[in-house]
Amino acid sequence: MSKIIIIGAGVVGSSIARELARYNADVLVLESANDVACGTSKANSGIVHAGFDAKPNTLKAKFNILGNAMFDRLSVELDFPFKRIGAMVLCFDEKDYPALEELYHKGEANGVKGLEILPGDKARELEPHISKEVVAVLRAPSSGIVGPYEMTIAFAENACVNGVEFLFNKKVTNVRKAEDMVVECADGTSYHADMVINCAGVFADEINNMACDKKMQIVARKGEYMLLDKTNGYLASHTLFQLPTKMGKGILVSPTTHGNILIGPTAHDMLDKENVSTTVDGLNEVYKMASMSVPELNKRMVITQFSGLRAHNVDGDFVIGESEVKGFYNVAGIESPGLTSAPAIGDYVAKDVAKIMNLESNPNFVPVREGIKQFSTMDDTQRAEIIKKNPLYGKVVCRCEVVTEGEIVDSINRPLGAKDLDGVKRRTRAGMGRCQSGFCTSRIMEILSRELGKDMTKITKFGGKSNVVIGRVKQ
Amino acid sequence: MIEKNLIIIGGGPAGLAAAKSAYDSGERDILILERENTLGGILNQCIHNGFGLHTFKEELTGPEYANRYVQQVLARNIEYKLGATVISVTNDKVITCVSEADGLVKYHAKAIILACGCRERPRGGINIAGSRCAGVFSAGTAQKLVNIDGYMVGKEVVILGSGDIGLIMARRMTFEGAKVKAVVELMPYSSGLNRNIVQCLKDFDIPLMFSHTVVDIKGKDRVESVVIAQVDEKLQPIMSTAQEIKCDTLLLSVGLLPENELAKFANVQLSNVTGGGVVDDKMMTNVEGIFQCGNVLHVHDLVDFVSEESELAGKCAVDYINNGKTESDYVELQTSGGVRYVVPQKISRKVDTGELKLKMRVANVFKNRRLVVEVDGEEIFSKKRPVVAPGEMETITLKADQLDKVSKGQSVVVCLKEV
Repeated sequence: MSKIIIIGAGVVGSSIARELARYNADVLVLESANDVACGTSKANSGIVHAGFDAKPNTLKAKFNILGNAMFDRLSVELDFPFKRIGAMVLCFDEKDYPALEELYHKGEANGVKGLEILPGDKARELEPHISKEVVAVLRAPSSGIVGPYEMTIAFAENACVNGVEFLFNKKVTNVRKAEDMVVECADGTSYHADMVINCAGVFADEINNMACDKKMQIVARKGEYMLLDKTNGYLASHTLFQLPTKMGKGILVSPTTHGNILIGPTAHDMLDKENVSTTVDGLNEVYKMASMSVPELNKRMVITQFSGLRAHNVDGDFVIGESEVKGFYNVAGIESPGLTSAPAIGDYVAKDVAKIMNLESNPNFVPVREGIKQFSTMDDTQRAEIIKKNPLYGKVVCRCEVVTEGEIVDSINRPLGAKDLDGVKRRTRAGMGRCQSGFCTSRIMEILSRELGKDMTKITKFGGKSNVVIGRVKQ
Repeated sequence: MIEKNLIIIGGGPAGLAAAKSAYDSGERDILILERENTLGGILNQCIHNGFGLHTFKEELTGPEYANRYVQQVLARNIEYKLGATVISVTNDKVITCVSEADGLVKYHAKAIILACGCRERPRGGINIAGSRCAGVFSAGTAQKLVNIDGYMVGKEVVILGSGDIGLIMARRMTFEGAKVKAVVELMPYSSGLNRNIVQCLKDFDIPLMFSHTVVDIKGKDRVESVVIAQVDEKLQPIMSTAQEIKCDTLLLSVGLLPENELAKFANVQLSNVTGGGVVDDKMMTNVEGIFQCGNVLHVHDLVDFVSEESELAGKCAVDYINNGKTESDYVELQTSGGVRYVVPQKISRKVDTGELKLKMRVANVFKNRRLVVEVDGEEIFSKKRPVVAPGEMETITLKADQLDKVSKGQSVVVCLKEV
């Protein structure tokens, strides 16, 4: 059987893995972190872009439009959170009106449906908390929001149950062409394949440059965010953009699929591609700029901050296709609208690779994946029933998000299950609420320890040396 | 739907004292719902001593203090459920509770006492920039890991915030062989008890740095260092004073917040200052028959005062069950001159409990002041205080004759004045 290696288990790698599972091939995903969705896929705006911002006739525009249209079906099929809530681009100055119109025309050229420009007052009828300074908005009803890591996990889980193998803590140190393609890892292991697909996010240039003479440069462009308590969910019902700049789509204010308000991101190019720390200046900028859109934002309502790195290709567009080295395929520079594009990229790349490699379709492919049953969104009848079936659903572990032990155990024991605190958090939301895991940390550690048969001192926040406790107290 | 006269949500010090007092006031149909697997609440992880000096006139550890109340509840055969999490409370007093043992159960109560305690303000709540690596804990989380679970959280520790749990944990970590390098406090004063500063820091030569904060957390997988800096009068960091401290752990003791999510379900009016409910002198909220006491109402400095307040709530809840609401004319208490809040926030025109205790916190450290209650500009109460500080709760006890001077329509102000 043909062998394919995907480097990177972010949303792009996972989406491609899932689509390739439709074919008879031996697919292996190598991921440097301890879990899927540990890089850009876990820390981004979670927006399904309408597609008015991408430059017409680019891969970004093409995959944005194609991807956007896939979310309604895909979110049901793979059971991940998605809401088509619409977006507004806020214009604060009459002078900028032409820029807003330009965006409208760009959107039309890209094939975005339903775009309209509304005067400020009309916009405030729909979004009463936006600034009085707003003179006009571009409204895009097809824009949406998605749980980015839930979506990545859904792709990966579905790929996994359809036979794709995932290996974690596999940092790729070399990719070379021999008789076939050879991928070498930092732990001394190496893997052979007929095709290597590079989905390494901010590190995609390094992977490319190992295998290809034609060099690539990816800049890690940091975006910092702040997340507000759910009690502030009333502040916005659309994703609220500001008119874009050349560094990105500006600071947005958006609901999340779980009812929080997300503000950010900044855009600063980083030399260190692993630096995802937040900064005093960055957070101040986020808050100040977001307050221009929604002046009522209250810093006291912030429950957490985070930052992510965009994989910005200096040449501007996505890089998708087999490289000059036969058997080495790049899917690189997937920055915004990368999340939106991911489903369409997965579909395209899988078909392209299948054509190149003459793959046959897999008759046993199961497209449907059932997610973790969420206690907090059930009605009381469903709650009573599930506790009757499994009493662990009656044990609330995370108070703030009302996550039960039943869900946490499921998150650990399902395919590609959680191995660390952050893995449980991204799968179940335990620890994501207003107390930020103050109460549930030790409970979740105990459950992880029990289910994985691992000592408490070995339980980590996110793999590596991120151990939570260092040993026993004095006896 | 199960009918109960009185349901108490929370089996910590507040809930236990309220239950005991309700029983002693004649009520027999009482149910305590506790989400943990033991009664006693957060006291169970507070293994240091210093509890009970007011209530029992002796020095107890947290678990010992809790046990005194647990025994009193057990002796009265008061019903309680463990591992029972209340997921909603409505303003018509329907409680939805889930547990492993009983599944989902709905209760209706004539009166409800919310005694849910408080939670710690997390890192996210104070916007500390830096790495999101392992090794950053709120002090209470670390306290549970160390004292209950028996695991050390780190070897070299910096503590941000000089709240009581932070101070206690400085000593606790030192006992366990860790090096506490500094306790860093944003304000020019501590929000903890003075006795804790002496017994937990000074006795161990742990530096307490006022007017400083953490501006960066460094580390890839686990904390490797934190950067601290002095702050100016507007509490903004002065970056030229930044210094890096090597450590593997940052503990946060930066404030406690009443846990009022259930109260919000029931449309209980909350105070912007305390984060707890707005109550009258019978500890009743704006929702008839829903009472609050303990740290869910306002964060206390000593558990003894929690017990005292909760016993009052228990008694008043029984009075309400038997007689309904007897009072509707309230006098709202106002604060000024350095008094940040007062609880209760409103008092009945006629207080039938004989005397009335007002609890309050001040906004800053003040010396040589008087705590004063004024009715329409006339002082009806005055008490000299050589020092008042935000870390210590102040109490005023008004006697019946002083309360007689208060009637509806008057302006009642609690304030600090120069001596």
